[in-house]
Amino acid sequence: MKTLGASFGVAGVIGSSSLLNSCTKVETNSGDKIKLLTSSGELVEVDKAQLKPADLPSLTENQKRGRLGLPGRSWVMVIDLSKCRNARECMKACQNHHQLRPEQHHINVLQMQDAEYTAPYYMPKPCQHCDNPPCTKVCPVNATFKRDDGIVLIDNERCIGCRFCIAACPYSARVFNWFEPRDAEKYEGVTYNIEANVPQKKGTISKCLFSADRLRDGKLPSCVSACPNGVYWFGDRNEDAVTNGTTKETVSFSELIEKNAAYTLMEELGTKPRVYYLPPKDRAFPFQGEIGHENKS
Amino acid sequence: MDKIESPAESRKLLDKITHDLTRSIVKKDELTRFWFFILIMFAGVGLWGWIIQFRTGLGVTGMRDYVSWGMYIANFVFFVAVSLIGFLISSALHLLKINWAKPVSRVAEQVAIAAVALAGVIIIMDMGRPDRFLNIFLHGRFASPIIWDVTVITTYLVISLLLFYIPLIPDLALMRDRMGNELPKWKLTLYTVLALGWKGKAEQYKIIYHAMRVLMLLIIPVGLSIHTVTSWLFAATLRSGWDTAILGPYFVAGAFVAGTAAVIVVMYVYRLRYGLKDYFQDLHFDYMGKLLVFVCLVYLYFNINEYLVPGYKMKLADGIHLNELFKGNFSGMFWLVQITGLLLPIVLLLFSYFRKPLPIAIISLAVMISAWFKRYIIVIPTLEHPFLPIQNVPEHFQHYSPTSIEIMITLFSFFAALTIISVLAKLFPVITIWEYAEDQGIDKKYLSEKPKN
Repeated sequence: MKTLGASFGVAGVIGSSSLLNSCTKVETNSGDKIKLLTSSGELVEVDKAQLKPADLPSLTENQKRGRLGLPGRSWVMVIDLSKCRNARECMKACQNHHQLRPEQHHINVLQMQDAEYTAPYYMPKPCQHCDNPPCTKVCPVNATFKRDDGIVLIDNERCIGCRFCIAACPYSARVFNWFEPRDAEKYEGVTYNIEANVPQKKGTISKCLFSADRLRDGKLPSCVSACPNGVYWFGDRNEDAVTNGTTKETVSFSELIEKNAAYTLMEELGTKPRVYYLPPKDRAFPFQGEIGHENKS
Repeated sequence: MDKIESPAESRKLLDKITHDLTRSIVKKDELTRFWFFILIMFAGVGLWGWIIQFRTGLGVTGMRDYVSWGMYIANFVFFVAVSLIGFLISSALHLLKINWAKPVSRVAEQVAIAAVALAGVIIIMDMGRPDRFLNIFLHGRFASPIIWDVTVITTYLVISLLLFYIPLIPDLALMRDRMGNELPKWKLTLYTVLALGWKGKAEQYKIIYHAMRVLMLLIIPVGLSIHTVTSWLFAATLRSGWDTAILGPYFVAGAFVAGTAAVIVVMYVYRLRYGLKDYFQDLHFDYMGKLLVFVCLVYLYFNINEYLVPGYKMKLADGIHLNELFKGNFSGMFWLVQITGLLLPIVLLLFSYFRKPLPIAIISLAVMISAWFKRYIIVIPTLEHPFLPIQNVPEHFQHYSPTSIEIMITLFSFFAALTIISVLAKLFPVITIWEYAEDQGIDKKYLSEKPKN
């Protein structure tokens, strides 16, 4: 319990700053319990006496560190389409982690059908973290950028809200804060963490970041950890190892994608995604309901 | 032109020309005041809309995560398009020594300045964080087409202002010298300052000719760039309907259509309002009509290329986009634009009757309206059909329709542009007096004479 206070990410420190200040004094027998949201979106109860302000780097330091990435890493995600049953736990965890409104998706589970007579399936779609990203190319102010460990990030302290990156992204991976973000008042005064893009800001872009803040802490991304069905594998291409978020099993990345004939989305566009899909073959769960008549192309 | 020998005749003619062409400046009536009242009121309402948008967020518009560019961007493209006419008429036609276009060039520059200035304002109004505008200069990345656009648009504005101002200097001096008792003091001071002590010496004229020539040459690449780069904001993406190599020239051709129509409308208004029948003659409308047919034909050629080639193949995403235009949600707008904005002017303007001032002004107005909707169907349908399905979002994310705030702000841009044109027309002659007088055979020495009375 003692280390809990320190391990809170930015999202965890949602109590007002005055509350935190009052807690820096040692109160041994407080007995007052308060509820807090951890960086993984869990609600926990702690004694007031044990609260300490988290050691957070200052804004500029955070932004500098966030631009560099984790040295020597090359993050990849593998999504096993045969395992997805549209539980949407990934979407929930993601929205809690990144302060998103219900209609804002960093990861979106889509109902897909590739052609008229082919089988429908569920497809979780995060940002593809392309190695040739169309979005970062068009950014006029370098607010969205590709780091050395492969993650495409956003600096919402710099974004001017031109939305060129939304137009450029063929995967519709980006969302915009059209209004004040969810729970804006709760996050007021919280130092911006570029690796979680929290607090969100009105008039700026947001998107999936592979939970870069959690990676720094040695954890798997929120969506990967939240999945109950073993859909997600996440890991480091340099180490050639990916870990399943549900079973915690670690396997060879190259073997996994080779054996299962993995593919990337719309590879013909030359974007070189870092998210690999295993085909929806021998699906563990039947497709429920009807495929929507939305824009499918 | 033959020189007029008799000095008396020259002086008399010059007096008449000066009187006619400065009528717009001297004239004061209720209608003018009413016009400015309307302009400023509507522009004010639009600004108020922008304040609401700034406070609440861009969510007050109809735009959402999929259709993330809407009417503002369509309107921006329209204004950039209209501004290109300054380059065509006051540079290209001038350099080709096409004499009839000379009296039209100042109108073209007025339109260009107003349109390009407002294009810049509109883009700021479309930003989610206009308060961070300076980031473009602090953190600008030259790999982004937006930075190219900002660069060429500001350059174009500066060159257009110079192309407006430099030929104006002798006129300013003329008004300073001749109109002392007709004008309020502040106007006279303004002219005196802006005339930069012009004396009408031969070497001064030489400098002006030289400067104009340099600017006319400079504006060619810049003018072509503004609309080509604007097209690249779309062509640089991977989306169906935008991802085409001809978008640059296609946009430039379309820009000439919109701009020519705009100049014809403004010319007609000046002719009517300021009694300039002898200056914007039937002949000018006739030639402008022929110019409009010509640019429409070029644009038609690009339209055929743009729609026929992908329409022949009907690749999956292109097919969805084209079906939407030809017979889907946007078909009404699409056919209106193609017929009224393109086919009709080509056919009608072949007949000399329709090139008379009133008919051609009406046709031009229709062309302008079509040109605006053309930009709308360039921007929106493409965004409504991304590659992956739109799911798990509210219904209104799928289809875009502009809100009243967006319409208010768009109207602001129109009224603000009209305000700029009106102010320029009330401050400076709408035709270059000295150039016109010279073409009438009046020697330059009479221009700098002070009237005796």
